[in-house]
Amino acid sequence: MRFFDLFELPVSFQLDTELLVERYRQIQKKVHPDHHANASANERLLSVQTASEVNDAYETLKKPLTRAEYMVAEHGFDVRHEQHTIRDGMFLMQQMELREELEDIGNSSDVEAAFDSFYSDVKKLIDEYTNSFVTEFEQSSFESAADAVRKLRFIYKLKEEAQLLEDKLLDF
Amino acid sequence: MALLQIAEPGLSTNPHEHKLAVGIDLGTTNSLVASVRSGEAKVLPDAQGRFNLPSVVHYGADRTIDVGFDAKANAEHDPENTIVSVKRFLGRGLTDIQSTYGKLPYTFVEKEHTVNLLTAQGEKNPIQVSAEILYVLKQQAESTLGGDLMGAVITVPAHFDDAQRQGTKDAAQLAGLKVLRLINEPTAAAVAYGLDSGQEGIVAIYDLGGGTFDISILRLNKGVFEVLSTGGDTALGGDDFDNKIVERILADANITTELSSKSLRKMSDLGRKVKEQLSEIDIVDYTINIESQGLSQELSGSFSKADFESIIADLVKGTLRSCRRALKDADVEKEQVLEVVMVGGSTRVPYVREQVKEFFGKEPLTSIDPDQVVAIGASIQADLLVGNKPDSDMLLLDVTPLSLGLETMGGLVEKVIPRNTTIPVARAQEFTTYKDGQTMMAIHVLQGERELVDDCRSLARFVLKDIPPLTAGIAVIRVTFNIDADGLLSVTALEKSTGAESSIQVKPSYGLEQDEIADMITASMTNAKDDIQARMLREQQIDAIRMMEALETAMTEDNAIVLDEERVVIDQAIEQLKQATQGNDGQAIKQAIKNLDDTSQPFAARRMENSIKRALTGHSVDKV
Repeated sequence: MRFFDLFELPVSFQLDTELLVERYRQIQKKVHPDHHANASANERLLSVQTASEVNDAYETLKKPLTRAEYMVAEHGFDVRHEQHTIRDGMFLMQQMELREELEDIGNSSDVEAAFDSFYSDVKKLIDEYTNSFVTEFEQSSFESAADAVRKLRFIYKLKEEAQLLEDKLLDF
Repeated sequence: MALLQIAEPGLSTNPHEHKLAVGIDLGTTNSLVASVRSGEAKVLPDAQGRFNLPSVVHYGADRTIDVGFDAKANAEHDPENTIVSVKRFLGRGLTDIQSTYGKLPYTFVEKEHTVNLLTAQGEKNPIQVSAEILYVLKQQAESTLGGDLMGAVITVPAHFDDAQRQGTKDAAQLAGLKVLRLINEPTAAAVAYGLDSGQEGIVAIYDLGGGTFDISILRLNKGVFEVLSTGGDTALGGDDFDNKIVERILADANITTELSSKSLRKMSDLGRKVKEQLSEIDIVDYTINIESQGLSQELSGSFSKADFESIIADLVKGTLRSCRRALKDADVEKEQVLEVVMVGGSTRVPYVREQVKEFFGKEPLTSIDPDQVVAIGASIQADLLVGNKPDSDMLLLDVTPLSLGLETMGGLVEKVIPRNTTIPVARAQEFTTYKDGQTMMAIHVLQGERELVDDCRSLARFVLKDIPPLTAGIAVIRVTFNIDADGLLSVTALEKSTGAESSIQVKPSYGLEQDEIADMITASMTNAKDDIQARMLREQQIDAIRMMEALETAMTEDNAIVLDEERVVIDQAIEQLKQATQGNDGQAIKQAIKNLDDTSQPFAARRMENSIKRALTGHSVDKV
């Protein structure tokens, strides 16, 4: 099942998320196991499988990172399960600086403000590499597009770590 | 074309006739059964007009089993044989039970993968005890509704793990109930409220019951109830408030020695009474006689609302922490929450309401009885699932409450399905062998959010067998984890290079295996009233009728895609099943069901594909 085709949406990173969620609901209203509860064992199994696939497609397209990962995977660059080292020196330097910033947050006098500033730095980077992914993808330079997605994975991972730290420091 | 014209007593086959289905709230303290009648969802009362059935089972030395009010009356004088709040023990290990609940008046017997309670009638599994409660509710519903139930939706706390869900489903099977679906309690409550108000937007369901706490954040849109996140604590509820009161009273009286079972029971009843009275008045006086180490003693004093609030403050704060976490997981700000719905008897405590109101900054909704709202929502879903509302637009999209992971090197857990993933879900993970010629592999499945195996709950251990003997690292085994719409896990495995299906041995860490359940059903039948053959036959007949009806509806709906020659064989298979259903041979019905299932398989597949297309065509028509 091709995810964009499933929702009858054009293959593009810029996607109408409202339309996606609307079509997702429309499809689930038909295929969800709740609407096949009395059916034959075969049909029930089919319904669970189809609903699972539709959920997976929706989840994947919903979030920018997984959407980008999926788009390059469709062109033979599956960056989700690979062991790949990034050699871009400048990028690695940026990452190191951000990590240091994150490690220092605990010592800052205004933790919340420090997080805000950190997230704003992260957002800048996300925007930068997302743009580069979109440009490369549109020019069918899938290898370079995949490279941008690899970097995005790094940045999103860092953001996740920051959120865990925020939970810990701000008493969740 | 009229396909069905069977007239079995009690088994009407008119597709337009209302089919009997119920929603059951199997609660820690009380259980309820509800049903939709004449378009209205209502809790069904017992013969005495009572709605709440106390979740208490008494096993008498005289072989009698009492459930509900009669059993509750025994709690004080025969505490060892009166099982109260059994839901707390479902799917749990002994160390877990003891560390969470402390001293209990029961004798537990630890088995390989269950914990039994020793009663005057021998060992009873928590699943069997739960089945007794469900059986009474089933009887109550059938006598009120006047017929056999076609199925039930049973609610579970959203935070229940796989073992607890499976235990609930097994209990229903033991009680002879066909489970249409397990649904989460807060989701059921949302359905009860959502259909009432027709509201659109984000709602929060705060559900504090006798023994569990759930918070769910949902988005309501045109009949779709989409759970965005859920959180909570399976071991926090009103019972803990009672215990806090008991602890305080004992501490104030300087009692450090162990109480007798009877006194323990009396004390916890006192705790509950004090709590309930403090919802109405500001100070409660108490006097109680207790026994400790053979010495009788009278305790008396008074308990103020302020005392009560100070001792439960931390517990309530814990629930609010879960709320904050759930909002964050849902990526929703407090201000976006349109309504906060209060569910569960423990939300009657004024302090809880005040704190929730303060947290969300709005007055919580309590218009539907917090004890009944879950059963009512479940009955609405049951009515839909059983096929009484073919044109309904309602859809529940729920999530898995806990992350599912696998044990990796060094006792670490690798997540395969993160919490709050919409179900049903299937995720695959690939494994390879690490030794030449390796033909087996052990896989340990866990549920929980922590990184260490020891901090998560062990769900099951699988052994992959029949892996083709290859050089290390060559065989690739693809293991797929499926969580179905009930929130239950199943696993399949495939060796990729050969395409051989690896067999899997499932060993649930806590719970019953299918043959144990079958044995229990047989045992309960030989002891009692029902005849196992008759029951199996009835179940087969109900299954057959449900299936024929569903197929008829499907073929009418998708008439255009039924191939002519296909219609002939399907009609034949239906005719065969119809004949079998009129007979008394359960095995023949089973065979005919299987036959119809196979015959209609290609049609089912085409229909599923077609339904996706139709869904979107319908959409674009809407747009124009």
